Amino acid sequence: MEGLPILSLMMLVPLVGAAACLFAGANAARWIALGATLVTFALGIVLWSNYVIGGPQWQFTEKAELFAGFSYALGIDGIALLLIMLSVFLMPVCILASWDSIEKRVGEYMAAFLFMEVLMIGTFAAQDLFLFYVFFEAGLIPMYLIIGVWGGDNRIYASYKFFLYTLLGSVLMLIAMFWMVAEAGTSDIPTLMQYDFPPEAQTWLWLAFFASFAVKVPMWPLHTWLPDAHVQAPTAGSVILAGVLLKLGGYGFIRFSLPMFPEASAEFAWLVFALSMIAVVYTSLVALVQADMKKLIAYSSVAHMAIVTVGLFAFNVQGLEGAMIIMLSHGLVSGALFLCVGVIYDRLHTREIARYGGLAINMPYYALFFLLFTMASIGLPGTSGFVGEFLALAGIYQTSSLVALVSTTGIILGAAYMLYLYRRVAFGGQTNEDAAAMPDISAREWVMMAPIAAAVLWMGVYPESFLAPMRADIAVLDARLAAAAPASDAQLAPGTPRAEAANALSHQGAGHEGMDHAGGNSDSAKEGAH
Amino acid sequence: MDFVPSFALVAPELLLIGAGLVLLLVAAWGGDKAARGIAIAAAAALFGAGLMLVPGLHVGVDGPATLAFGGLIKVDSFALFAKALIYLAAIGALIVAPAFFNSAAAGTERVMRAEYPVLILFATVGMSIMVSANDFMSLYLGLELNSLSAYVLAAILRRDTRSGEAGLKYFVLGALASGILLYGMSLLYGFTGGTAFTAVRAGLTGEMGTGALFGVIFVLSGLAFKISAVPFHMWTPDVYEGAPTPVTAFFATAPKVAAVALTARVAFEVFGGQVQAWQQIVMFTALASIIFGALGAIGQENLKRLLAYSSINNIGFILLGLAVANADGASAMLVYLFIYVAMSLGSFVALLMLRDDEGALFETFADIRGLSVTRPAIAWALLLFMFSLAGIPPLLGFYSKFVVFQATVEAGLIAFGAIAIAASVIGAFYYIKFVKVMFFDEPAGVVTGKSGAGHWALLGLTALIISPLGYLLTPSLTDLADKAAASLFLAV
Repeated sequence: MEGLPILSLMMLVPLVGAAACLFAGANAARWIALGATLVTFALGIVLWSNYVIGGPQWQFTEKAELFAGFSYALGIDGIALLLIMLSVFLMPVCILASWDSIEKRVGEYMAAFLFMEVLMIGTFAAQDLFLFYVFFEAGLIPMYLIIGVWGGDNRIYASYKFFLYTLLGSVLMLIAMFWMVAEAGTSDIPTLMQYDFPPEAQTWLWLAFFASFAVKVPMWPLHTWLPDAHVQAPTAGSVILAGVLLKLGGYGFIRFSLPMFPEASAEFAWLVFALSMIAVVYTSLVALVQADMKKLIAYSSVAHMAIVTVGLFAFNVQGLEGAMIIMLSHGLVSGALFLCVGVIYDRLHTREIARYGGLAINMPYYALFFLLFTMASIGLPGTSGFVGEFLALAGIYQTSSLVALVSTTGIILGAAYMLYLYRRVAFGGQTNEDAAAMPDISAREWVMMAPIAAAVLWMGVYPESFLAPMRADIAVLDARLAAAAPASDAQLAPGTPRAEAANALSHQGAGHEGMDHAGGNSDSAKEGAH
Repeated sequence: MDFVPSFALVAPELLLIGAGLVLLLVAAWGGDKAARGIAIAAAAALFGAGLMLVPGLHVGVDGPATLAFGGLIKVDSFALFAKALIYLAAIGALIVAPAFFNSAAAGTERVMRAEYPVLILFATVGMSIMVSANDFMSLYLGLELNSLSAYVLAAILRRDTRSGEAGLKYFVLGALASGILLYGMSLLYGFTGGTAFTAVRAGLTGEMGTGALFGVIFVLSGLAFKISAVPFHMWTPDVYEGAPTPVTAFFATAPKVAAVALTARVAFEVFGGQVQAWQQIVMFTALASIIFGALGAIGQENLKRLLAYSSINNIGFILLGLAVANADGASAMLVYLFIYVAMSLGSFVALLMLRDDEGALFETFADIRGLSVTRPAIAWALLLFMFSLAGIPPLLGFYSKFVVFQATVEAGLIAFGAIAIAASVIGAFYYIKFVKVMFFDEPAGVVTGKSGAGHWALLGLTALIISPLGYLLTPSLTDLADKAAASLFLAV
């Protein structure tokens, strides 16, 4: 595989597909899009199987000086590899989810999705700061069109809000990037990740990057664009939004904020914790009262991503690994949940929870998948959600038991709103005739759901497959953060170990000065033992 | 005095003047029937003049060898870069004109007047002199030759009241601005004892007196009017809306380039020793243009007015490069100008292609509803232009903002850059409204007419430049701009 620019190839295939879709008829466009995403996925598998675990930190690197001001430099580490795999895995599913439900302007729709895939791969693979920004920001254009052209009734408001919110967040980051490049003299990301910026400058740089990533993640109180965008976007749009675009924020923290500004990250950890704790409790409660299924899942995304941010800023290996696994898991699970909503939305054209009921009777297979993804969202052991949340919460517990306590309520509240949703949709009596008459999932829908279900179980039962590629990179990051890690409240200061059991009788050699050392500390205990 | 080297240096202008005078005679005898031929000849003359610039642009020229007529004219790399852009924009304005003037869009006349290409030529000569001026006298000559031609061009549809109104407004306000500029120049002459740029610069060293400072401010104010920077921007929407659309396309591109280049030359070469005196003024003007240009555009329903505010907004970003007051900033400004010309020209060409069966142009948002269904190719091109103007990557409009902000931050003006970039988000609002109307709304159901090959070629070329492929141009573009900017700072 040496010499084959596989990352460029992975971007070229969907790009060519997008161009072809623009000029193709509706049906041809669907097949072209499916073909292009499947080829890209196959290339992704080649990428993963050729990734050397324990090899150099940056693999598959490519570099070409094509532009003035920045270079075309690609390369991935384990973290990027997994997020690229998530993107290319979800894309064929998205195309399948839009197979019948998108009827107008199919070619343009498929082109927008394929273009989106190019940009997502580019964002995760970029090794140049400005190249990253170009890919990161360019995603606004296809997503704006996807929401605006093929979205629901209130799509225009949602598309504006999405666009302007994310743009305002990112432009400040651009200014910070200019400063960093002027200071460090290079826009090469691996170099910048090891560059020590002056601590006082880090504060500002961190805040500028935070403005961008906090909107993307999204963190409370900047999350309000998300429910609107999710509800109005077509099913596949929601899948890609929840599955991959939200991960750009988390990826930004792990790739930029933490390694480039470790001191500022430590300084602002309280801010991240505070916002995340509010998000976990508040958005979970909001999710509990939603009447619209998509909105409920959108709010649950905010709550889950808050646990990601908590894990990232735990400054230890468990927290970082947990955050990564939640991101992957949430990408699969929330994507799948949006697909579940899409499946019944296609049949009844409503997302109102009250219009459904008793679907387990007439759609048993659907109910089974829905149950699996609901459980994965709650974090049931054996599913991917458990692994991530367990690691992230274990990580944060080492840093702050209070944050761990509040974040854990998210799991309980998550169980509350997800089970409540599931009960109302799948269990109970069949209250509506039209809902009761819906057919079970079709072969196409099987093909969409089954691979995600398999991946969720795989990640839940044998997470090592996903932890192994990024272990070395997390360790490097942890080493980089070690010096700046904030003091934790949950770790006791290690004392000198006792030489004997606590209940041993310690006054055998009584008589001298033992009574003066009434504290009975280990020193005197040792003396006593002599 | 040996004039041969001087004439060699101004050969492009001589060619254009010669062509203009000959074509004027052709127009006088041939009448409006010959208009099309005259337009083609004028475009050919511009192209020929443009070719003459290539060797100098390629090598990069500066120093005493570029001075002509005893220092009245200075044909350095900076002038060459600006001239090349001006000629290209003028050719664009000529290509799109006949289809417009020969249709119902031009009101009751329905014929292209033979004077149109001739006036474009004269205006271009004026601009050429402006950008290569090295003396306040030659500066004013070039400026007035350009302005007088432009006043007539704005009012060239004699029976159209809006066109007449635009011409009159432009003339009255333009004359006022020229007056302000002249007053500033006379003050500077009085306080420094010269009109040559070098003489004024020499006279402005050290502590600057109030009189000289007034001179500086008046000169900059007059120039700010010409580039329609806030607070001297009020004429722009009216003139852009009223003037015939090909003329508006011309106004938005070539004279902007000339005026910006002239402002930069005056700021650096004449006032280069007194950067402190003007930097704050330019910073304020830049920020005000970005913010008011964006805010003004939000409520507009008329597309030409909207693009007028958009051009004010863009001038703000260009002035950002000037406010940085170093060679990087000047280079960024030139790169921005190039991309801005491509974007503006493309947008106006697209607007000119949107017409009903009668040939009448679409002018409001209501007309272009659902354009992506009725005319997908034009709608997609406009989508590219709008996102590019908004500065969204991966379109080339992002690169223009990229270089300007990079220069701003590298010069240490971080807060200034941060405010400006945050204000650029306001601008994004109306650009995406454009896209929303074309793509999200239901079609208005208007039949749209055909467009000629010239329009398609121009639209395709500009769209290709601002598409991501345009990034491949950036190394050579930056190289040219750097050379041009370096020649500006040679005197410093």
